[in-house]
Amino acid sequence: MDAVLYLLVIAGLLVLGILAGGANERAHFRRLARAERELSHIRISNLKRVADPGGVRDARLVLGQVVIATDTFKTWATGLRNLVGGEMHLARRLMVRARREATVRMLREAEALGATEVWNVRYTFCSISMMRGRSGAMQVEILAFGTAVHRA
Amino acid sequence: MLLVNTETIPGREITEILGLVQGNTIRAKHLGRDIAAGFKNLVGGEIRGYTELLTEARREAVERMIAQAEQLGADAVVNVRFTTSAVAAGAAELYAYGTAVRLGPSAQGG
Repeated sequence: MDAVLYLLVIAGLLVLGILAGGANERAHFRRLARAERELSHIRISNLKRVADPGGVRDARLVLGQVVIATDTFKTWATGLRNLVGGEMHLARRLMVRARREATVRMLREAEALGATEVWNVRYTFCSISMMRGRSGAMQVEILAFGTAVHRA
Repeated sequence: MLLVNTETIPGREITEILGLVQGNTIRAKHLGRDIAAGFKNLVGGEIRGYTELLTEARREAVERMIAQAEQLGADAVVNVRFTTSAVAAGAAELYAYGTAVRLGPSAQGG
């Protein structure tokens, strides 16, 4: 009886993961696309050297960070993927969401400064929450930073 | 204090390199945030509590780096980098470092 109850709880969590997690992910991708359109006037590059430095009025460090988790179903499905090998699409999508979100936040900081360019963009995988999440859930933490340039 | 992660400050001249400055912080997570995160691990999405933790840690490390640069009489810190390391279970370090420099007068006078 206990075993059945346990299985039901696990199945319930997986279904919750599929429904809520999928909806969350789709909504997040829509928000990202909209934010990226709004910020598309800011040019972004990972080149170290700022081109045409003569016209620069202001240059400042800007940062964006995010900690993001995936749902129980995707964590479980990724575990299964370990059995058969191949590309982990679900984990890949989580990394994409985290990097894009951190980038958007960095660009918003640049926008607030009136900058039109961000140079030398770098991404660091942080682990400030020092954990893989409860029950080993997939969780990523990204810090994006670059130099925002404001031209006269 | 001007901070950039490029090697030079566009439009400004570096007159003196004062040396490496650094700042770090080691933060512990706390229980309330952990419980909220446990819920987010079920349904997916951003864990705001941890994003805040990361933001605070980053700010703290940068402030310590700036304090060191001020002690050296710097005008700016260039080539700023961030890195993290796991120190112990339940503790991680965020480390910020860069090169403190003195700048020549600004062409625009400010």
